[in-house]
Amino acid sequence: MSHELTASKIRNNPKFHQLVRQRDGLAWTLSAIVCVIYFGFIMLIAFAGDFLTQPVAAGSVIPVGLPLGVGVILASVVLTGIYVYRANTAFDHLIHDIIQDASK
Amino acid sequence: MRTPRIALATAAASASLLVAKVAGAVDASAAGGAAPAAAPAAPPAAADVPLNWHAIIMFLIFVALTLAITYWAAKRTKTATDFYAAGRGVTGLQNGLAIAGDYMSAASFLGIAALVYTHGFYGLIFSVGWLVGWPVILFLIAERLRNLGKYTYADVASYRLKQGPVRTMAAIGALIVVIWYLIGQAVGAGQLLHTLVPQMSYQRSIILVGVLIIIYVTFGGMKATTWVQIVKAGLLLGGATFIALGVMAHEGFSFEKLFSDAVQIHPKHLEIMKSVVPIGAKPNPVESISLGLTLMFGTAGLPHILMRFFTVTDAKAARKSVLYGTCFIGYFYILTFIIGFGAIVLVASNPNYLVDATKGIALKGGGNMPAVYLAHAIGGDLFLGFISAVAFATILAVVSGLTLAGASAISHDIYANVIMKGKATEAQEVMASKIATVGLGIIAIILGILFEKQNVAYIVALTFSIAACSNFPILVLAVFWRGLTTRGAVLGGYTGILGSVGLLIIGPTVWSKVLNMGPAIFPYDYPTFVVLPAVLIVAWVASVTDKSASAQAERRAFDAQEIRSETGLGAEAAAAH
Repeated sequence: MSHELTASKIRNNPKFHQLVRQRDGLAWTLSAIVCVIYFGFIMLIAFAGDFLTQPVAAGSVIPVGLPLGVGVILASVVLTGIYVYRANTAFDHLIHDIIQDASK
Repeated sequence: MRTPRIALATAAASASLLVAKVAGAVDASAAGGAAPAAAPAAPPAAADVPLNWHAIIMFLIFVALTLAITYWAAKRTKTATDFYAAGRGVTGLQNGLAIAGDYMSAASFLGIAALVYTHGFYGLIFSVGWLVGWPVILFLIAERLRNLGKYTYADVASYRLKQGPVRTMAAIGALIVVIWYLIGQAVGAGQLLHTLVPQMSYQRSIILVGVLIIIYVTFGGMKATTWVQIVKAGLLLGGATFIALGVMAHEGFSFEKLFSDAVQIHPKHLEIMKSVVPIGAKPNPVESISLGLTLMFGTAGLPHILMRFFTVTDAKAARKSVLYGTCFIGYFYILTFIIGFGAIVLVASNPNYLVDATKGIALKGGGNMPAVYLAHAIGGDLFLGFISAVAFATILAVVSGLTLAGASAISHDIYANVIMKGKATEAQEVMASKIATVGLGIIAIILGILFEKQNVAYIVALTFSIAACSNFPILVLAVFWRGLTTRGAVLGGYTGILGSVGLLIIGPTVWSKVLNMGPAIFPYDYPTFVVLPAVLIVAWVASVTDKSASAQAERRAFDAQEIRSETGLGAEAAAAH
């Protein structure tokens, strides 16, 4: 089968548009969340250092920023996991269907 | 307790590139007494120092193991796909480890620990900033890169654009990053080896590193490079875990005790928990934000990292590999933080490791040594030898990955696609990359020797800035924005390259400290906050005003690109064997 025919079949398949919409939507949403979390942390460093360096509890030397920083690292890992889970369970099936439909 | 031999050996050597590499982010003059930014190394008196046998034996074991891997890989490297992309047979877990190996450079192991040792809490910003690029790589880049590309990220940037100009721009961006990164690693390797085994001169150390990586890469290609990375990542994760467990056992597994002991022992006391900039520096919000941008987006534009996504079997494996990689790297960065504070407790309190215990916590052998001495404090001479060998392995592995990425930009992008216009045979292309590998190895040796006494603190700023301002935005625009044309990509890309290099030259690190030209014209170390928006604007304006027929065709070609990018249909298949 010619490339053009396959391409036009895919382009006319609503599942392809569903895939692009859902996956790109998720990708950009998660990217935005990472950026908000991370640049929130950076903005605190830039403009609210005193907030970050106050102790987590009276008598402790641990600054608030420390668990927050570790939290940013853990949040990144969790968001990465969410994307992989969604892709494994939803997007891979969609891609499989799209390619099946195109080769009919 | 016995003094480690290396400490005796290297009384005044302090040219600490690896720390300078991280501390270069900040005003190096503010970096404080314990981390001098690249003062010339005083030659240790080698004659009266016993050989550091533990380290040497473990170096030799590692070198023998990697040469065996190279021999094994060489027998299995026949095609260009084998050479550049390990036959696309790498699994998600393997690639995750290899990615982590590429990324956990000696700078992040020794450098972050050293930064924490000197500046406390401030070091955490680097741990965080160097991790958050990974989710972005996963969400926006990894799978699409695997679906669209063959061997280099320039394949993807130029997929529907004019090959010549776009590839040339992308290859220049890649090569500047690779060559400067190589200089940093080579200088670091020379200094580290020379510090650990003073009988090896700086020059001989660098030549040894250069020769080894030429052997790995020319004979074993990406297969050898990947497996060297995997072995090293395992050793580094294991070693760092052992050190961190040792620290926590010493502190009764209480973080509260670890941090309060550190505050008590560090001469700056509570200030190490109170400063969000290097201790002694003035808070600078613009610089903090620009640093944040550079760390995050720079990661997503490093050519040797991007190249790893062509080695996996398919987009699914690419995706999984980022999840594994992010877990390993995040875990490792949390460990380096414990290691840094552990060094304050166990190393700064021991006069055997200090230059002069009455004058602060500056270490014998230079600012990079906290993690290395901590290994000695916890595991004695044998473990010190192990960690030294791991640090050396780290540099070898990272240099191999960089060299291969640089060689592929020269052979695949410039030689095969720009000069030969895609008509080179596979054998010619592989030959070109082997020649390029040898050339880059020799360049790394020569520049490493030339830069021995130079202040190389700007290297991380330079490489990450170009990656963040040129490689990353052009890649994302090419993949996601239908409107991008050749004109937009080329003008935008060069804006990123020239803007970063130009502003770094007139910035504080190069203008004031390297060139001694007085106050900097551009007052920030990290130009990303200016250059990245400029690149996006230039690429956008140059694209939307491009009404030529070829630009129209490039926009139409987005449809076909999108199908392949999203579904993987037509993507390079994994090799059969």
